[in-house]
Formats: sequence, structure tokens, C-alpha cells
Amino acid sequence: MNTYQLWISLYTMMRKDVVRIFRIWVQTFLPSVITSCLYFLIFGTVLGSRIGTMQGVPYMQFVVPGLVMMAILTNAYANTSFTFFQSKFFARSIDELLVSPMPPWLMIAGFVSGGVIRGVLVGAIVLIVSIFFTGLHLAISNIAIIFLYAVLTAIVFALAGLVNGVYAKSLDAINIVPTFVLTPLTYLGGVFYSIHSLPQAAQYVTYVNPVFYLINGFRFGFLGFADISIWTCTGVLVALIAVLIGINMYLIRTGLGLKQ
Amino acid sequence: MSTPALSIKDLKKTYSNGVVALKEVSLEIPEGDFFALLGPNGAGKTTIIGITTGLVNKTSGTVSVFGHDIDQETEAAKMQIGLVGQEINFNPFEKPINIVVNQAGYYGIPRSTAIPRAEKLLTDLGLGDKMDKSAMSLSGGMKRRLMIARALINEPRFLILDEPTAGVDVELRRSMWDYLSRLSKNGLTILLTTHYLEEAEQLCKHVAIINKGEIVENGTMQDVLEKHGSDESKQEGFRGGKLEEVFLKLTSEK
Repeated sequence: MNTYQLWISLYTMMRKDVVRIFRIWVQTFLPSVITSCLYFLIFGTVLGSRIGTMQGVPYMQFVVPGLVMMAILTNAYANTSFTFFQSKFFARSIDELLVSPMPPWLMIAGFVSGGVIRGVLVGAIVLIVSIFFTGLHLAISNIAIIFLYAVLTAIVFALAGLVNGVYAKSLDAINIVPTFVLTPLTYLGGVFYSIHSLPQAAQYVTYVNPVFYLINGFRFGFLGFADISIWTCTGVLVALIAVLIGINMYLIRTGLGLKQ
Repeated sequence: MSTPALSIKDLKKTYSNGVVALKEVSLEIPEGDFFALLGPNGAGKTTIIGITTGLVNKTSGTVSVFGHDIDQETEAAKMQIGLVGQEINFNPFEKPINIVVNQAGYYGIPRSTAIPRAEKLLTDLGLGDKMDKSAMSLSGGMKRRLMIARALINEPRFLILDEPTAGVDVELRRSMWDYLSRLSKNGLTILLTTHYLEEAEQLCKHVAIINKGEIVENGTMQDVLEKHGSDESKQEGFRGGKLEEVFLKLTSEK
């Protein structure tokens, strides 16, 4: 396949997924917006007014980057894990891709692009909603870093969702990882607090949580400071992407769980 | 001599559960042929098709499509193939036109080319008035025709039909065979697996019979029928067509 044909194939996968995402917007966009509104209301407005400030900024402004990031990563993950699982089990339409001349890396890029688009779109909507809860005083330090972290985080979790989708043998397996792995990692990754407010031992535990680095890098883009260096955060993000691409390439190339 | 459409050498497949599906199968399908691959359920037909199209990993052996090795030149080999699988395998929530146009996209065909081509294929296959309806609303026969349209959208040189008429009524089967015969006459190479042996007998130039992972007969339809022609007076009970008798003779448990 030449470059133009590769682009057509990638565009086809992206277009198909975007059409699906918008067609079922009640399932793809609305839940995150409602959940985020509740978080903003409870943690930001109700509890936030009692907490006051966190690291010198109003608690509501502190919590916004984490909640936007939470929306991005859960949606990017859910999109690839479910679409892949659905095409593998419900209709076996994954065969349409497997018989095509698309190389494995392009299939991965196609699935991931859908997850990234959904993650970033939902993140943008949640960010817009957050403006109303911060009284139009949302701090933005570096918009390029915000956008870069939104996209890179969506890539990480779309890739992770794809691994889940490949391995999943039932719908339960699609739900188990977000419930028992993703949610705890997100809550303990510093969405609602600074790592400096934790005991020393808990801080060390947090350092092995990848979500901590994503949230802090993203928060740096809003507030101009974070619990850890932006370079360390970026390094962790890039390393995660490299490892997950490697795993996905191995899975799709060998056809593990796809081909007999 | 032209390059064969499909060349299989010493193909072996052992599934992870230990089942040996193919035992060093070798097979060649000439370009432009209408080839029947027949065998009882579980004989290895779908495994051969799966390996050729990239749906099943082989254990050993080589497979080439128009001279392109499926391991070394995967993309070039796949570009030549159109597959109508045994099972319905498209997203039922999509419209037929989108299913076919998206498949074209996976082959790198832009929408500006794919849409008119898909509309023509669907119309030719009698789905012109259904192309914008949900695929879920199609009858079983219509779904089969949709799969044929999808398999032809990349204008393959080699069409593989894995039991395409299973569960399809007589009238529709005939119209499908007429359509496929026209394609064959225009030079398309077709590999067909079917349990309707009389139809295979009429349509196909060559036949291979596979049983328990081994090719037990392979040749022109005429030669195979003549070679295994039986004394019908000695047979009792219901008898089918000539090919059916040959098939039973070669695949029945001794």
C-alpha cells in the first residue's frame, strides 16, 4: 500500500468511529459530562469552599485539570476496549480488517485515533463545563502543554484499552480493568489532592502510579506548577506510549486472541 | 504458463487444542478457474481459506496468491483476494452501503471511487433499494449478497466463497450462481466450498476433495467423475448426483 492508500485506510477507520461516537452521543459524551458536573459540584463547590486553597490556588481551580484528565483517560480507554471487543465478539467484523491489506500498525493507529478523538472531545466538553463552576476564572498557564498532555494521555489509555480489548473474552473483562485498576489509579493519582499532603510512605507509592505523572503534567499546563518536574512527567508519558505500542504490535501481529 | 491464483505447498495446521486440521496439504488453483474445494464438516476447508486470507495462523508450509507469498508479501497477496466467509460478519447496526464503502477504504480506495462502485455492486446483487436501510433488517439471503458485494469492492482477482449459499433458498441460490458464473467468465478466479454438490458439479472446472486434513482427490471435474465413476446398479437407497457419489466414496468411513 502506498502512503495515500494508507491514509485512506486510516481515515476510513477514524471516520467510521467518529460517526459511531456522535451517533450514540448519549452513551459517549453525556455520562462524563454529568459525572464531571457532580464532581465539580461536590468536590469543588461544596467541599472546595471548606478546603479553601491547595498549593496556593483555589481548590476548584486545582481540581479542574484532574477531573478533565479523568474524563479523557476513561473515555479513550473505554472507546478502544469496547470497539475492539465488539468487533471481535458481537459481529466478528474484525475480519473485515484482518483480511484487508492494512498493516498491523495501521490497525492499531485506526483504533487508537478513535479513542483519542473521543477522549479529547469529552475532555474539551468537561473543560468548558468547568468554566461555569470556576466562575469564569479558569487559570491557563500554557495551552500547548495542556493540548499536548490531553492528546498524549488519550494515546496512552487508548493503547491500554486496545490491549484490554484484545485479551477480553467476555464483556465482564472489559469492565473489570476500569473498575478495579483504572478508577483506583485515577483517584490515587492526585486528582483531588497534592502529593505533598500525603504521608511520606504514601508519596512513594504514588510515584509508581502512572496516572500521577499524567495529571501533574496536565496540571502544570493550567497552573504553571506541579508536584513533579514536567520533564519527568513527559518522560513517563513517552515511555508508556512506547511500551504500549510494543505490546499492541506484538498482539496484533501475532493475532493473539484474534487468529486461531 | 501463468502464475497460479493460489499455490499451497505442504501446508500444516495444528490448533492450540492439539487438533490437526491440515496434514501437509498441497494445492494449486489456476488463474481464471472456478474451483470447488469440497469436504465434510471439519475436513479443513475453512482452515485453508482462513490461512490464505489471514484469519488463521499456519503451523508450516507456504501459501502464495498470484505469486505473492502471504508471509513475505502480505499486502500484495491480500490485495488480490475477496472473501465471502461462512458466517455473517458485519456490523448489523450499519447500512449496507457503509459496510461496503468502509471495506473499500481498508483497501485504500477513496470514497469518491468506492461509493459509485458500491452502489453498482449492491444494485447488481438486488440490494439497490436496501443500501440505506439498517443491515439488521436484511433477510438471510440479502446478508449473503451484501457479503458478496463487500468481497468484490476491491475488484479482486481471486474470490473465495466459503459456503456462500448456506441457508439460502433455491431461487436466490440460482441467481447468485448466475451472477458468479458471469464473473468467472470475465476472468475472475473463484474458490468455492459448498455442500450443494450438484451445483459445484455444474459450475466448477476443477475440484479437490479434502478429508481429515488431507487432499484425497484433485483434478478436473470431468476427470474426477470419470475416475471414480461407480456401478450405480450395485448401490442401494437414495442417490444424489455423480459428484455426490464420488464425494461419499472418498470421504465415507471405511
